[in-house]
Amino acid sequence: MTDHVKDKELKLPKISAEDVNVFYGDFQAIKNISMDINSNTVTAFIGPSGCGKSTFLRLFNRMNDYVEGFRMEGKIKIDDNNIYKKKVHVEELRKKVGMVFQKPNPFPKSIYENVAYGLKIQGISNKKIIDERVETALKQADLWKEAKDNLNKSALALSGGQQQRLCIARTLAVEPSIILMDEPTSALDPISTTRIEELIFELKSNYTIVIVTHNMQQAGRISDNTGFFYLGELIEYKNTKDLFTNPKNTKTENYISGRFG
Amino acid sequence: MKLKEKLIELLLQLFTSVTIFTTIGIIVVLLFESISFFSNVSIIEFFTSTKWTPLFSEKHFGILALASGTILTSLIAIGIALPVGLTIAIYLNMYASKSFRKLIKPFLEILAAIPTVVYGFFALAFVTPVLQEIYPNLETFNSLSAGIVMGIMIIPFISSLSEDALYAVPKSLKEAAFGMGSTRFQTAFKVMVPAASSGIVISVILAISRAIGETMIVAIAAGQQPQFTLNPTIPVQTITSYIVQVSMGDAPQGSLEYQTIFAAGLTLFVFTFLLNSFSFYVKKKYQEKYE
Amino acid sequence: MNNHQKNRIIDLTFKVYGFLFTAISVLILFILLYAIIKAGYSRINWDFLTGLPSRKPENAGIYTAIMGTFYIMVVTLIISIPVGVGAGIYLEEYAKKNGLTNFLEINISNLAGVPSIIYGLLGLGVFVRFFGFGGSILSGALTLSLLILPVIIVATREAIKAVPSSLRDASFAMGASKWQTIQYVVLPTSFGGILTGIILALSRAIGETAPLIVVGAMAYVPFAPKSLFDTFSVLPMQIFTWTTRPQTGFAVAASGAIIILLLITFIMNGIAVYFRNKWQKQLQ
Repeated sequence: MTDHVKDKELKLPKISAEDVNVFYGDFQAIKNISMDINSNTVTAFIGPSGCGKSTFLRLFNRMNDYVEGFRMEGKIKIDDNNIYKKKVHVEELRKKVGMVFQKPNPFPKSIYENVAYGLKIQGISNKKIIDERVETALKQADLWKEAKDNLNKSALALSGGQQQRLCIARTLAVEPSIILMDEPTSALDPISTTRIEELIFELKSNYTIVIVTHNMQQAGRISDNTGFFYLGELIEYKNTKDLFTNPKNTKTENYISGRFG
Repeated sequence: MKLKEKLIELLLQLFTSVTIFTTIGIIVVLLFESISFFSNVSIIEFFTSTKWTPLFSEKHFGILALASGTILTSLIAIGIALPVGLTIAIYLNMYASKSFRKLIKPFLEILAAIPTVVYGFFALAFVTPVLQEIYPNLETFNSLSAGIVMGIMIIPFISSLSEDALYAVPKSLKEAAFGMGSTRFQTAFKVMVPAASSGIVISVILAISRAIGETMIVAIAAGQQPQFTLNPTIPVQTITSYIVQVSMGDAPQGSLEYQTIFAAGLTLFVFTFLLNSFSFYVKKKYQEKYE
Repeated sequence: MNNHQKNRIIDLTFKVYGFLFTAISVLILFILLYAIIKAGYSRINWDFLTGLPSRKPENAGIYTAIMGTFYIMVVTLIISIPVGVGAGIYLEEYAKKNGLTNFLEINISNLAGVPSIIYGLLGLGVFVRFFGFGGSILSGALTLSLLILPVIIVATREAIKAVPSSLRDASFAMGASKWQTIQYVVLPTSFGGILTGIILALSRAIGETAPLIVVGAMAYVPFAPKSLFDTFSVLPMQIFTWTTRPQTGFAVAASGAIIILLLITFIMNGIAVYFRNKWQKQLQ
């Protein structure tokens, strides 16, 4: 990797991947990727379908563990701890590393229950604490105004955009430090997309956000750094503006100029 | 050519109408003989007496004595099949590897394909003696052994239908729960089971209906003595095994004895009809949940 | 112990339970098979298969029961295949989506849930007494036909549903009539699925005892049936009567007969699975 993000400060990267290879059976999905992601930044992964960007994102909270035939080499460190060490408890990791999925996937429960879910599975039973955290999370996710009078209504009654903000609130409620987003707006209309993009921008001050997107304009609008993936390789990774205005690699250039994808 | 097409359609229509005539036939036959039965026996006695002795000289016609046998054996069966079947469904869906699932499912299918007369013999000849080792006062014919074996028989119904229901839950919900840091157990019981609840409820209702209508296991292993009891260690008679008992003899048409099996059958039919209708209602009502 | 560790322990405990329950269920299957084979294998020989029933357990054979099962099944198939497959075709290809069709569907799913012994009462009331067929092969086969009808109808519909509509369109586009399309395109393509359903239905019918007892299957039949109106016994009926005898010799004979019955059942299920896999591959 040549064009590494320049980070003059001495602080450690929030997430750091070292020589990562991923296999599904005989198929190699990720080819020798190393990358650092810093705290309180938004990092976008772009690339054509099947390039490995989602697979790579899902390494950070070990969501690939359940995929049949999954095998990984290399290290992924979060706050300097290798999360693929034997002793790591996946459940604990995921409380630190939240995830928002492509399609809004609220549980078929009430709005309140959705946001409270993560707290309850951690064994928090104090109603006052839960109430407070639910309110804070909904406020952070910009859903409080719309939802505060309907907390007991089914989450499935919300619109697609509201559902996705609910899923973000659900993630925020457990107070993670990293949020992974896997094409969070691809199923939403333009207005809902804008609201979520604004939200991502606001959340940056408190969280480290990694977002996979199909939409290059979106990457340009919201991210600080962008990585371009192609056929399981990380082709180019640097400051977003730099990548879009001055791509070094011809594959990157072809992709962002819309010649394939 | 046109005529041939029309005739074929008519013939197929006729074949389809056989299903309607079957239902009508069942209802008419059961009602017809039951009406004659109830002209000789008071309905009040039928539903309140706790003695069933139509084959004795001193006749009593209390269906409760048979119904209690049916309910007792079914309760034991469901008491075994529900926890075991549901646990297997969740295990196969959430924990087991694909290859293990592939290996195990045919065996569960075989368990469901074994004729019930075989289970009956197994209960009487093998399970009861084993239970008697543990509990010597257990009688040769008892509802415990019959109920346990019936439970084993319906495990595959609950496990496979419940697993289908769990499988139908969108993968995104499972991912959301895992993504929040839930363990598989928490994901299973806080997200998957509630989301699949209608399918699971249906599987349990069908299993109950199956247990209530099951005949050969109870006819062989539970005995032929109508008793209004919840004691699982003594012989009982179920509605179904009473019908078998009378059928093994030679009850002349028109005799009260002959009519009793239709009255008993009607009771059984109403039981299972209500259960099946309820499961149908659950299915219709919750079908829309995930489009 | 913190909350997190507790959750992990619960998770692991359930995993162990799940595995044990699954394993025990399969183990019970093997115990059942082992116990029955151990008890009955000594009776499996040519004399047992060709012997007539007897009051002496060591002489008793299952010839008449096997022949009864064979005849009943043949007649059942002759009745239930055209009716069941025909009804399935009608519901899938002809019936309009209206209240009547909806009612037909509800009715069929309800029939599938009616206990088999109720079908026995239906057969007793209608075929044995009303039509006067008596406790004959014909009454038994008609009763079993009605019993397995829902299974065949549902299987036929599923199989027809799996036929891609593009094939149908192609046939219609070439000027074929509806029945021609069904005859030359739909049925050949769905044949594997329908066959699977029929074999599974038949394998269920072979094991049925209760409805045939009610219709009048005999505990003791000295001759193999020769006509539709002859009395009959069937294999499961023979097993049932032997289990009710006190002499241990009959329990051995019952075990022997069960081995034969299970063999037939398993072979039929195996064939059904084979056809199902072959058909599903063919469809893809």
